[in-house]
Amino acid sequence: MIEVSVDGQSVQIPKGMTVLQACELVGVSIPRFCYHSRLSIAGNCRMCLVEVEKTPKPVASCAMPALPGMKIKTDTPLCKKAREGVMEFLLLNHPLDCPICDQGGECDLQDQSMVFGSDRGRFTETKRTVLDKNLGPLVKTIMTRCIQCTRCVRFAKEIAGVEDLGVLGRGGSEEIGTYVENLMTSELSGNVIDVCPVGALTSKPYAFTARSWELKSTESIDVTDAVGSNIRIDSRGPEVMRILPRLHEEVNEEWISDKARFSYDGLKRQRLSEPMIRRPDGRLEAVSWHDALESVAEAAHRVKPEEMAGIAGKLSDAESMMALKDFLNKMGCERIWSEGDGKSANVDLRSSFLLNTGIASLEYADLCLLIGTQLRWEAPLVNARLRKAVRSSRAKVASIGPPTDLNYPHQHLGTGSETLLKIAEGRHPFCAEFGRAQRPAVIVGSGLLEHSDKSAVMAALEIIVEQGKVVKDDWNGFNVLMLNAAQAAGRDLGLIQGARAHSSEIKFLYLLGADELTPADIPANSFVVYQGHHGDRSAYRANIILPGTAYTEKEGTYENTEGRTQQTSPAVPTVGDSRDDWKIIRALSEVAGVRLPYDTANGLRARMLAVSPNLLRVDDVESPVELPFPLKNQSPSAVVLSSFPKTVENFYMTDAITRASRTMAQCTAAFFGKGEERA
Amino acid sequence: MRSWRLASRAVAVYRATQTTGSALRPLPSTVLPSQIQNQDGVCRPMSTALLMHRDKPGNSVKDDWDFSPENTERVKEILSNYPKNYKQSASIPLLDLAQQQHGGWIPVQAMNRIAQIIGVAPIRVYEVATFYSMFNRQPVGKYHLMVCGTTPCMLCGSREIEDALLKHLGVTRGEVTKDGLFSVGEMECMGCCVNAPMIVVADYSKGSEGYSYNYYEDLTPKRVVELVQELRQGKTPKWGTQNPKRINCGPEGGNTTLLTTPKPPVCRDLDAC
Repeated sequence: MIEVSVDGQSVQIPKGMTVLQACELVGVSIPRFCYHSRLSIAGNCRMCLVEVEKTPKPVASCAMPALPGMKIKTDTPLCKKAREGVMEFLLLNHPLDCPICDQGGECDLQDQSMVFGSDRGRFTETKRTVLDKNLGPLVKTIMTRCIQCTRCVRFAKEIAGVEDLGVLGRGGSEEIGTYVENLMTSELSGNVIDVCPVGALTSKPYAFTARSWELKSTESIDVTDAVGSNIRIDSRGPEVMRILPRLHEEVNEEWISDKARFSYDGLKRQRLSEPMIRRPDGRLEAVSWHDALESVAEAAHRVKPEEMAGIAGKLSDAESMMALKDFLNKMGCERIWSEGDGKSANVDLRSSFLLNTGIASLEYADLCLLIGTQLRWEAPLVNARLRKAVRSSRAKVASIGPPTDLNYPHQHLGTGSETLLKIAEGRHPFCAEFGRAQRPAVIVGSGLLEHSDKSAVMAALEIIVEQGKVVKDDWNGFNVLMLNAAQAAGRDLGLIQGARAHSSEIKFLYLLGADELTPADIPANSFVVYQGHHGDRSAYRANIILPGTAYTEKEGTYENTEGRTQQTSPAVPTVGDSRDDWKIIRALSEVAGVRLPYDTANGLRARMLAVSPNLLRVDDVESPVELPFPLKNQSPSAVVLSSFPKTVENFYMTDAITRASRTMAQCTAAFFGKGEERA
Repeated sequence: MRSWRLASRAVAVYRATQTTGSALRPLPSTVLPSQIQNQDGVCRPMSTALLMHRDKPGNSVKDDWDFSPENTERVKEILSNYPKNYKQSASIPLLDLAQQQHGGWIPVQAMNRIAQIIGVAPIRVYEVATFYSMFNRQPVGKYHLMVCGTTPCMLCGSREIEDALLKHLGVTRGEVTKDGLFSVGEMECMGCCVNAPMIVVADYSKGSEGYSYNYYEDLTPKRVVELVQELRQGKTPKWGTQNPKRINCGPEGGNTTLLTTPKPPVCRDLDAC
């Protein structure tokens, strides 16, 4: 610890901090453009100039290490004059187009020019203009507005791992660009919009649609993957205008994936807005809620309990899954599962399906073996954490499964079980790496544990974990990565086929937003109830449609892949005649004569508390205590899957909302049309 | 008062450009971006070329490009000058070598090949190549003549030198003569201010082995045209000052100062103590 003084106030700071960070600690905020706490230091905008006693010139505080006894002054006339000078230079070539700029109202340059800018300039030449670059369907560029802070270049290089952007040219003709015609093909590219301090990089879908001050912000959770990124939904009236990331150090830091950010236009298309019944001629007819519920109840009572089944979709919240399970259980049905889990999920011990290390702690791993997972496409932000580990501590990463393009150096060991068995039996050269590693981690794609040979896979994993010392007193490196937002809560609530479940043919199928089913999964003569918010795949097969709510319209509990409980908040009203999902099931239970004992959300949560108390402790991770391996004496040699399947075919279209989104369709066309090498 | 002055000046600038008609004249739609640079006032003259690659015959991302066998040896030699984990330090010497081999300019595939050799993303090489104006990313003549345009040379008449060159060769700045022999570019101070005005002749006619980069100083519009004529005949004029009365950077007609051995400083003059 060293002591410095900021504006006469002395403060103890750790060695190695910069002057700017020292000022932040005291609560003095320093204007800046190029400095960003999560990126490397560039020191090229010069806006953060401060005066330090006994130095001849103002110093750039973002790049200057704080030294013991430094007397920093941030509010002297010299500082103000220096910053005014810098601001004048920055504004030389900056166009005066704030009235038509999408960044207007939330622009760093606009805000800081209110403090340090002059109402006139001394520059009488022609302002320069810069050719706009094509960065794809997500990021709009107006490069004339660029002030060359290079934040986007550093973000692309350091966080996103796609070295496409660079600083070209020099001096007055310097510009940011890709030189060759190159789209920014990153799953995190949208974050450059937030990182850009001016309006040079803005959102293409959001362009000219709203002003920041007319939006209502709602803090919520993203459900497009199992990471549970914290988001802010900006809405105007009944419409979601945009989605931005919200800071959560343990989950998503301050980034979100492009799918989370740009798929919101899918919320406005293909929506189910009223209950519908399919008539004998195949047409769907809108009916009243009462008629729809009556018909469902009638159909449910027509079949035997063992011929019923319920599937919760990948976007379902814990409340509606709880209600669905209670309702079907009361009807006598034991066949309920969560989509993506298959019919034989491993749910006895939480550590067997969670990301036990934790997303944030993955940064500390020095070795990571990815088994049957396309990490970059399944969970972009977990991948970003691992990339951080690779960059900061040169962690070694190896993968078994279909070859995927990870954005950091890695070893592809093999495509399937053969390699897995080799490692388990110690016959693979990679085994030696485990011996050298201090904190080894294994990440298993949850899809791998859904096949018939899952106990053999598990046995192989058990040996790897044991031999590689993956689980220690202070380090649990065994991780399972789930694909869907609903999966973890579904397993906690016991959405698995109960012991009394029969394998007889399904005649009544209740789909709670489950859209990943193929026609083969749905028996031809079964009665299908589809409750959901989008007219996606399953709605075409449904006999009755009950319109539910999307995640932006309800307060729902979700558990992410590391077991963290988080809640969404309603940002916009529901569409048409649709209702909260759990309320629909509650109403249905009454019509069907098996009334569920809760009438309010709190009543339902009390029931959840009884089943899985962790689902009420919001933003809390209950670290699993037990090892996930109860099955001794299993032979790993029974693994039959020779090559592990691809889990994500198209990153941009994975669920009902993203499939309805035009932006995601454009991304698919732009990024997947070119070659097969991408996911 | 001040703002009024500014406004009147802006009006004056606007009128001036209206009469000469260069700056604000709209471009015809057939003008390619690579031609925009040649029109003063529209794009800054300091930018030697567009900061963007456009595929065209001879410079396409689909081309193959590699160092010649002899130069591959030199690449190894260059790389051996730097630590193995800092191979990117070799990007400037490798770009230079590629430029010599490729007749004075660097196609995009050469930059990609260099990125591959030094193990960085191609954009990192593009950044370097666009930063330095001595790296040409558009074809140049076999003799690339670069006129120094910095203040001392400009005061001593570099504008006239350039005008004489352009007029004699019948080209504009950045354009290559029809026979492919000459092109004229501008560059910043080469440190020959005492012999201003000066030009540099980069000779790419003999490949990277016979490559030379000679300064010709104390030029006059007449002498610079003679130089071009000598080069056209395949001769290599004597480099350095072109003023017969000067020796290197010594004064014209012999020394005027320091005619005797200078006295050592007092502190060193031990006898005086």
